Amino acid sequence: MSIIEIENLSHTYMKGTPLEHKALKGTSMMVHEGECIAIIGHTGSGKSTLIQHFNGLIRPDSGKVVIDGVDLTKKRIDIKGLRRKVGLVFQNPEDQIFEKLIGDDIAYGPFKLGLPLKEVRERVKWAMDMVGLDFEEMKDRQTFALSGGQKRKVALAGILALKPKILVLDEPTAGLDPKSRNELLDKIKFLNKTENLTVIFVSHNMEEVAYLADRVYVMANGTDVLSGTPEDIFTDKEKLQLYQIGTPETVQALYRLKDLGYNVDTSAFTISEAAGEIIKVLANGEGENRG
Amino acid sequence: MEPIIALENVSFSYKINENSTVSVLKDVSFSIFPGEYVAIIGHNGSGKSTLSKHFNGLLTPNTGEVWVKGHNTKDDSKKLDIRKGIGMVFQHPDNQIVATIVEEDVAFGLENIGVPRQEMKQRIDQALEVVKMSEFRNRPPHHLSGGQKQRVAIAGVLAMQPDCIVFDESTSMLDTFGRNEVLQVMRKMNEMGMTIITVTHRMSEAAEADRIIVVEDGKIVMDGKPREIFKHKEVLMQLQLDIPAVSQMAEMIHNQIPTFSKELIHEDELIDEVKRVSKVRSGEVV
Repeated sequence: MSIIEIENLSHTYMKGTPLEHKALKGTSMMVHEGECIAIIGHTGSGKSTLIQHFNGLIRPDSGKVVIDGVDLTKKRIDIKGLRRKVGLVFQNPEDQIFEKLIGDDIAYGPFKLGLPLKEVRERVKWAMDMVGLDFEEMKDRQTFALSGGQKRKVALAGILALKPKILVLDEPTAGLDPKSRNELLDKIKFLNKTENLTVIFVSHNMEEVAYLADRVYVMANGTDVLSGTPEDIFTDKEKLQLYQIGTPETVQALYRLKDLGYNVDTSAFTISEAAGEIIKVLANGEGENRG
Repeated sequence: MEPIIALENVSFSYKINENSTVSVLKDVSFSIFPGEYVAIIGHNGSGKSTLSKHFNGLLTPNTGEVWVKGHNTKDDSKKLDIRKGIGMVFQHPDNQIVATIVEEDVAFGLENIGVPRQEMKQRIDQALEVVKMSEFRNRPPHHLSGGQKQRVAIAGVLAMQPDCIVFDESTSMLDTFGRNEVLQVMRKMNEMGMTIITVTHRMSEAAEADRIIVVEDGKIVMDGKPREIFKHKEVLMQLQLDIPAVSQMAEMIHNQIPTFSKELIHEDELIDEVKRVSKVRSGEVV
């Protein structure tokens, strides 16, 4: 069943002024419940504008947006209910942290939902565990003295504590160190696969797109120009060039070898798969420009 | 040669409430010399950003001294010289964009230091060209995407023609192409003689530098050339860091094919090594 349905959506900033800017020009997207979707595309392609439609932060100028049965083109909608279903974590985590203490900040949402204190505490504990923050050690720490990466974790925990049905992440791992990044990606994968949380994330990091996404939408100039599995996208060299899509570092190296005439499979994303491709080629004693 | 930035026994802590503090930097000493390209790595909360804010006197040490071009950062009368010398580009461009039109934002710093109009125009043109944002010069920055804003912020710093630019995780919001562009700009500026300091979580980006400083729990735990640093995979993993994807691939290939070097850190080296080994294995004379 589709949980998000977007058809021919357009959005223009500062309409009717000399600074009018068309951010979305008839884009479409379909997300099924439980899917993990990556949105990639150049800076300015409309990704951030698109995801702000998911919880009604921006209402459609024209086109159709239906989120879990809620038609956003209708004038009267249950916006509170929608925002309870759709958790959105922004690019700048500072923007959504406002309490003095970490624990209080994460508890804010569940508390406002009117949950009993015991459950609020449970949820905060669970959410902090999910993002890899130690509950006992960190709950009474001040938020302002946190590093950028830690703030990002707090912001994500605050959203997770609301137990949304759809989780929308804008650059989820920007600013995280390699270990925190891998841990967070594993947690997102866990939530998606075992808790059946629908995940949509915007990313510039092709390694994490390859690792997480079931399907990828490529945005360019305010529309969806391409969609498919990571394998479909990263093996379509023509399209990669046309839309200037980056590939994971591993795939990048494999493409260069392929251009030199080595018979490698460029759909090997992970480091061990990519290394395996090179080992295969070297073990077979293949030289340059053969075959 | 005189260092451009010198830290002497620097300690710094944030006050978190009336009677407790969090100690972030602990007795840190090192120097950065003109023309160096230095990457600073360390896990979240290790003290990297606090450290980089000491480079131009945004923060001053609780104990110890920081010298920038021979001036002590605690000396308020030298603050302007210090800030002119060391430009900073932060993680979130929103925090450093002030004007309502891109070119005015780039001009902001220049107006403040009274650069003549003609020269100002020239410097803005050049800076926007370098970051490939010329076509956006008349756009309001708040409707640009994160990556575009970051490039505007870099242009604003570039236009000031500092001796050194500190990039504090400035590429973490950019796409692959944007990042490569910025990395090329960094390399180009370094070749032109500018000192570059970059704080990053991306190991392949740190590998681009000539020197890597590893920060852990407010102290410098490693300092050396990228190739030396990335030999210590186990130590780096313990520090919640990593080695570049290329190095990981090289190590796996080496384990199967011992003649394949495992000490590779750049993509070019990996490609060359595959060429070399495949020639040897197919019986050609090297």
